Amino acid sequence: MGSPAPSTPAPGKTDSAEARRLWEKDYADSVPVDRLVHNVSGIPIKPLYTERDWGAYGTDNPLGYPGQPDFTRGIYASMHRGRTWTQRQLIGLGTPKEYNQRLLTIIEQGATAVSLIPCNSVYRGYDMTSVDPQLLGTCGVVINNVDHMAESLGGVDIGEMSCSLNDPSPFTLLAFMLIAAERRGIDWRRISGTSNQSDYISHFVANHMFYRLSLTGARRMLIDHIAYCRERVPRWNPMSVVGQHMQQAGATPAEVIAFTLSTAIQNAEDCIARGMDPDEFLPRFTFFFDISLSFFEEIAKFRAARRIWSRIARERLGARDPKSWRFKFHGQTSGVDLTRQQPLNNIARVTVQAMAGIFGGLQSLHTDSYDEALACPSEFGARIAVSTQNILREEAHLTDVIDPLGGSFYVETLTDQMEEQIVSIMDTIEAAGGMLKAVEEGMVQRMIGASAQRQQRRIDSGEQRIVGVNAYQVEEDPATRPYIDRPDPKVMREHIERFDAWRNARSRAEVGKALDALSRAAGSEKENLFGAVVDAARAGLTNEEICSRLRRDLGFGTPLAIV
Amino acid sequence: MEKSALRPRVLITKIGLDGHDRGSRLVAAACRDAGMEVIYTPPWQAIAAVVKIASEEDVDVIGISSLATDHLIVPQLMSALVEAGLSHIAVVVGGIVPDNEEEALLESGVREVFHPGTPLEAITERIRRYAIETRAQSAASE
Repeated sequence: MGSPAPSTPAPGKTDSAEARRLWEKDYADSVPVDRLVHNVSGIPIKPLYTERDWGAYGTDNPLGYPGQPDFTRGIYASMHRGRTWTQRQLIGLGTPKEYNQRLLTIIEQGATAVSLIPCNSVYRGYDMTSVDPQLLGTCGVVINNVDHMAESLGGVDIGEMSCSLNDPSPFTLLAFMLIAAERRGIDWRRISGTSNQSDYISHFVANHMFYRLSLTGARRMLIDHIAYCRERVPRWNPMSVVGQHMQQAGATPAEVIAFTLSTAIQNAEDCIARGMDPDEFLPRFTFFFDISLSFFEEIAKFRAARRIWSRIARERLGARDPKSWRFKFHGQTSGVDLTRQQPLNNIARVTVQAMAGIFGGLQSLHTDSYDEALACPSEFGARIAVSTQNILREEAHLTDVIDPLGGSFYVETLTDQMEEQIVSIMDTIEAAGGMLKAVEEGMVQRMIGASAQRQQRRIDSGEQRIVGVNAYQVEEDPATRPYIDRPDPKVMREHIERFDAWRNARSRAEVGKALDALSRAAGSEKENLFGAVVDAARAGLTNEEICSRLRRDLGFGTPLAIV
Repeated sequence: MEKSALRPRVLITKIGLDGHDRGSRLVAAACRDAGMEVIYTPPWQAIAAVVKIASEEDVDVIGISSLATDHLIVPQLMSALVEAGLSHIAVVVGGIVPDNEEEALLESGVREVFHPGTPLEAITERIRRYAIETRAQSAASE
């Protein structure tokens, strides 16, 4: 810029103030009554963002670099350009044998990690003989003991491939897997993966299927689990702090980050109180979120969350190792946004959600099947979900550039605004005495309920249009909807009979001894309770035996019923 | 106690194993806001427990929310209600119910299945109508 700025703009050019005035006039002329737009978190959205909106614009290095605090642009220097996200499709169905076949198939199709969803009966802490057989294996694999886990993971090198288990407290599935590895001679130090669903607070608040032990029992069990894994299974991520359930239950994107980070603080401070060094356990903390269709809001949500967590880890929790400051997360496209009407449209929805997660800088991704609003996913639906990830990764050039939306006036302004709102909600939780207190009193549940009602009103009133639901409906022939097959009752019956025979063949005295050992550990704060669960698995106790005994000793978990 | 003719009594609950409660909470709140008496429970109610609550609370309608295949055992609830002499209570189901499994529910006596995408007002409207029918039926048999 050698020459002085002209006092009047040259023909065809205007200064920025003049250009802005012109645009404002043109905009007002074409949109006489501007509509009010708010994102789901309630932040007003303007029609245009410029350098005036982004507070840090023009300052030196306003965003930092990827892999550097405060990690706005990603937690690693190379992000998806270096190594793309882990493709982690949740699967779970039927018997261990059926699950194993499906697992080997999706690995062949491109899945790069194992993910295991057990049957709802397993989540609830019951063995297959205790529930209605119709409910077995419809949503997940029926694993009740070490043998079932060994069969489920047959042919998979669990010393190499990362395994994530949907495994709530008291973490019986990990115990089964460790013993299965022991039998195969695999060193536990090689085993990597994540205890998904280790966050008992999220289970108390929402999606209570995972909520097994009382709050106090689950709290102790979690910290013992973290301590045990740090010592014996060092590559395992024992803590997955879960925002997913709360967003599915209705929390806004800003609320969900606030609740999840408040939960992470609670758990980290519990670990510190136990004498653990934050730099030893924080690098193994991971997060798990829903990704909704609110595209830019989701991107801003994740960028803001990274910033806030790095600050908390450093300033509040006192971590000194930059590895402890990284906000690592798994994203799952949200089933809430999927429709039963015109179900193939869900493929488009999942694609947009997945892109938001990718631009948000996720570490691993599950894409939903298009048929999830109809039933638990079919094999065909699951294959399209895998292909969607493959297309985004291989064909769409989304991974060429790190944080490609960084520097967008809108995305940066929204990231700042989301951050501000998240911090303000976290302050409310803090003022209520922290996350545990806030959920015990039902405060968080009521906030989520109010947000769910607000979102439902927006849909019911037509303010939020949903294709096929309240807009663009078409006559659909119900016969074209997928036919849902249930697990073959004969195959499941055989599974039950084998299990029953195995269980009855055990020595009653040995089972009694193993249960007593579990109770002793539950009664003594000095013993590591998760270690006792691993011992119980080795001694041949079943999922129900372990869960029932701990529920007896530590209290049955019952969520609050709040309308 | 004499029941108010204008205030339907509704039990909103979940049976089986699942715990997703966004739908049940929303419907319960909508019924309450529409002026109904709502009895709301934690998830995982045993079928016998639902029958007991329905009887003790003298409800007109039972709403079962099912998101993860628990609808498969709803026919057992229907039989249990008949056995307990409560067949006048209308039962509705909401959530994820595949088309090819809806028929079995209706055949077992379920009055209606609400699928995803149904506006809350439509649900409360239907529940109110079923409650009126239940009252009429009880009055006729008394």
